[in-house]
Amino acid sequence: MKPFSTFLAGLLAGAAIAAPALAGPATAIVHARLLTMGPAGEIADGAVIMRDGKIVAVGANLTPPAGATIIDAKGAVVTPGLFAANTVLGVREVNSVKGTDDAKSASSELGAAFEPQYGLNPETTLVPIARLGGVTRAIVVPAPGGDGEGGGGDDGGGSLFAGQAFAIRLAGDLLFKPRLAVAMSFGENGAGGSRGAEIGLLRARLDEVRFYKQNRAAYDRGETRALALSREDLEALIPVVEGREPLLVTVHRASDIRQVLAFAREQRLRVILNGAEEGWRVAADIAAAKVPVILNATADLPRNFEIVGASLENAARLRAAGVEIAIVSPDPAHRVRELRYEAGSAVAQGLPYGAALEAITVAPARIFGLADQLGSLQPGRVADLVVWDGDPLEPRTLPTAIYIDGIVQPLRSRALDLRDRYETGDGASR
Amino acid sequence: MLQQSRPVRDVQARRRAPWLAASAVLLLTACAAAPKSQAPAAAPRPAAPPPKGLVPARDPYPSTYAPPASGLVAIVNANIYTGTGQKILGGMVVFDAGKIVAVGQSAAPPPGAKVIDAKGRWVTPGLIDAHSHLGVFPAPAVTGQIDVNENIDPNTGYVWAEHSVWPQDAGFERARAGGVTSLLILPGSANLFGGRSVALKNVPAVTVQGMKFPGAPYGLKMACGENPKGRYGARGRTPATRMGNVAGYRRGWIEAADYGKRWSAYDKKAAKGEGGDPPKRDLTLETLSGALDGDLLVQNHCYRADEMANLIDVSHEFGYHITAFHHAVEAYKIAPLLAREHICAAVWSGRWGFKMEAYDGIEENAALLTKAGVCVSLHSDDPNIIQRLNREAAVAQAAGRRAGIDIPDAEAIQWITLNSAKIMGVADRTGSLEPGKMADIVLWSADPLSIYAVADQVFIDGVLQFDRKAPRRPSDFELGQNRGDLTQ
Repeated sequence: MKPFSTFLAGLLAGAAIAAPALAGPATAIVHARLLTMGPAGEIADGAVIMRDGKIVAVGANLTPPAGATIIDAKGAVVTPGLFAANTVLGVREVNSVKGTDDAKSASSELGAAFEPQYGLNPETTLVPIARLGGVTRAIVVPAPGGDGEGGGGDDGGGSLFAGQAFAIRLAGDLLFKPRLAVAMSFGENGAGGSRGAEIGLLRARLDEVRFYKQNRAAYDRGETRALALSREDLEALIPVVEGREPLLVTVHRASDIRQVLAFAREQRLRVILNGAEEGWRVAADIAAAKVPVILNATADLPRNFEIVGASLENAARLRAAGVEIAIVSPDPAHRVRELRYEAGSAVAQGLPYGAALEAITVAPARIFGLADQLGSLQPGRVADLVVWDGDPLEPRTLPTAIYIDGIVQPLRSRALDLRDRYETGDGASR
Repeated sequence: MLQQSRPVRDVQARRRAPWLAASAVLLLTACAAAPKSQAPAAAPRPAAPPPKGLVPARDPYPSTYAPPASGLVAIVNANIYTGTGQKILGGMVVFDAGKIVAVGQSAAPPPGAKVIDAKGRWVTPGLIDAHSHLGVFPAPAVTGQIDVNENIDPNTGYVWAEHSVWPQDAGFERARAGGVTSLLILPGSANLFGGRSVALKNVPAVTVQGMKFPGAPYGLKMACGENPKGRYGARGRTPATRMGNVAGYRRGWIEAADYGKRWSAYDKKAAKGEGGDPPKRDLTLETLSGALDGDLLVQNHCYRADEMANLIDVSHEFGYHITAFHHAVEAYKIAPLLAREHICAAVWSGRWGFKMEAYDGIEENAALLTKAGVCVSLHSDDPNIIQRLNREAAVAQAAGRRAGIDIPDAEAIQWITLNSAKIMGVADRTGSLEPGKMADIVLWSADPLSIYAVADQVFIDGVLQFDRKAPRRPSDFELGQNRGDLTQ
C-alpha cells in the first residue's frame, strides 16, 4: 500500500505546484543558464524546481515554492544528466580480471534471454568516476557471447544474440529499466562464420520464435519439431518479432547496414544500429528507415575491411541526413567520463552544438524509449541534472553539482581518494 | 609558481659507443697503408679490416628523409604557445629553409616572406607523441599486419621497431591531422627487453627510412609488470612473476655489461693497431650495452609505483639511466623519487582500470608530477588518442585545477611538445618554437586547449604537410577504396 502522501501526490499530479505542501521538500536551482534539451530550449536565466525526484517546473521567472531549498547557480550552465548509450558500467570492474566481468553469456542456452542486469555491482568504482563526468544514466549492453574474441559462432558455443540491454542510473542500486533491446552483431564478428550464414540463421531463428509463439502448448507437450533456440531465448525474442523490443545491432560496413535495414523491413523488426562507422555512406537509407544510430564519433581508422570508410564526418553527415544519433564514450567502461569530450570533438568536426548535446542526453533516451522520463529538463521528467562551471563539452569545464532522481550526488570517487592520499602524503614509507 | 620542467640528463653527452670506436679503428687501418715517416719501426703490421658487418656500423639503416626546401614564411597575428612555457598574444613565427628564424610579437614580416595571417588563431610547436605503435600495429590491423610484439622470448633486444614500421598505416595521416609532427615508435610490451624504438617525423613516406628522424637517438623498450610476466609462465619459461621479471632484467644487464667489456677491450687493442678478431656480435647485447653506455635511451613501460622503484634500483645496480617510465599510472605515488632521478613520465590523462596494474590510474597524475618537478609527457599508445593530444592536455590540466594545482596553459602545452621531445632525445631540435629548431609548427583553428580546436595547417621542417582545406592524402591502402567525397 502506498503511503498516504504519495497517494495524494499521485492524485494531484499535474497540479503539483498548486499543492506543494502535500509533497516532499522542493529544491530550486535559480539563475541558471538552462540547456533544457526539451521544448523550452535554452533559457538564459531560468530556474528548475525539483521535488520527489522529479522536475516540477522549468522556466524563466519562476517563483520557487515556499520552503524550497534555493540554490543560486549564478549563471552556471545546467543540463540534463548525461546519458551514455553503450556501456558495461556495473558489470565489469577490471577488463583483465574475468571474475569481475558479467557482461557476457558463455552459455549457448542463454543468448537473447541473457540478462546481465543480475550481475550489477552497485559498489563498482567505475560508476562514481563516470558520474564525475556528468553521466547520470547509461545503457548497459551485453558483450558478444561465445568463447573466442570477436563474438559468438552459432555452432561454437556462442549465440546469435548477446542478450538484453538495459538502463541504469549512476546511483544507488543502479538498475533502472531492464530489457530495452536485444543485442547482436552483424558482419565480421557475427555468428555463423559468414554474413550469409548469419542472415540465414537469423531468419530461421526468428521463424522459430513465431512458430513457438503460435504453438506454445504443443511445444510444452513435446509435440513440435525440435527448435534450435532454448525455450528461454524463444520467450525473450517474442517481443522482438512483435516489434515491441528493438534489436540493437552492432554493424559497421555500409553494405551490411543495408542488409540489416532490409532484414528488419522483411521481418518487421525495430532496429537500432550500433557502430555504423560507414553509416554516412548509406545515410539516406538509414534516415528513410527511421532507424537511429549509436556511434563513436572519433572512430576514424580503417582498422579492418568493414570500416574502410570510417570517418570523423560520420556523426555530422548522419545528422544532416536526418538520422537520430547518440554518441558513445571512447570505451564502454573506464572512460565513460569522457562522453562529453566525444560530443565536443564531434562539434569540432562539424556536428552542430545542439545536436552533439542531444546525442549525449535526450537522443539516447528517445532511442531506448525513455524520453518520457529522461534526457531533458521538463516538468514530469526524472530530476537528473548537472550544474557546470562552463561549457559542458569542454574538458576544462567541471560539474559543480550532480543530481540523480533529485538527490545530490557526492563529487567523490576512489580516484579522488587516491589523489588526496598522495597529494598530501600520509606518512607511508617510500 | 610551478617550475618549468627540469632538464633531463643530457643525452647528447654520451660515452663513446663501441661502434664509434670501431669505425675509428677502420679509419686508422685505412690510413696505415700510407707510409708515415714518424711511424715507429717496431709497430705491428696492421690487421686487415674485419669482414663487413662483423663490427657494428655507426648508422646501418640511415634516414633518407630530406625535406624539400621551404621558403621564407611568416605566420603573423597568431597567439602562440612557444613550447618553452611562454604564451605570446598577437605574435609572429618566421621560418626559412625548414628552420625557425624568429618568434615574438608581431612586427613587420621580413621582406620576401610568404605571409600567413593567422587572424588570431593559435600556433604551437608540432605535437610530439613519445609513445606510439603506429606503423607496427597499423590500420588496418588485420591478419598479416600486426608486427608490434616479437612475442617469443622475454629478451628480444635484437629487434628494431623500424623493421616493422609500415609507412602506409592510415594512422600516420590521421595523427598529422591532429598536429603530430614527431613520434616515437616502440616495440610492444610483451617482453622484458622488447627491442629498439625508432623516432619518426610524421611525413608521408614510402619507406621507413623516409620518415626516420635524422640523428635521433635510438631507444630501448623495456616492460614491467603484467605483460611480460603473463606471457611465458604458461610456456614453462621465466618470467612468470614480477620477481622473475627483475631477475630477467638483471641477467640481461649482466650479459650486456660483459659484452660491453669485451668490445671495449677489443676497441682499445684495435686503437693501438693491435688488431685481432673482434668479439662476435650479438644484436641483443649490442642494444643493451648501448643502453648501458647511454647511447640508447631507456624507455620503460611500467605502471606500478613499487615496480618503478625496483627498476630504478636495477638501473643503479648496472649504472644506466631510465629516460622515461611510460604509462606510469602510479607515478604520482613516487613523484619526488622520479624528480630526484630525473626520470620523465609519459602518462595518459584518462585511461585506467583495464588491468590490475592500471587500477589506480588518476586524471591528476600529470598535474601532481609536474608540481613535483617531474618532466611529464602525455602520450597516446593509441591511434585515436594520438589524434587529440591537445584534448588530453586539457583534461589533465582540468584535473590539476580541481586539485588546486594551476598549470598555466603554456606549460600544459609542454606535456605534448617539449617534454615529449626530451623523452625522445630530440629536444635540441624540435618541441619548441625557438630559432634554429626544426620548423615543426601547427596552426590551430582556436586555442588548442579547447575541445573545438582543430589543426588547420601542419608544417613539418617548414613544409606544409597537412592543410584542412586541401584534399586529404589517404594512405595507399585507402586510395581507391570507396571513401566517397570525404574530406577528412
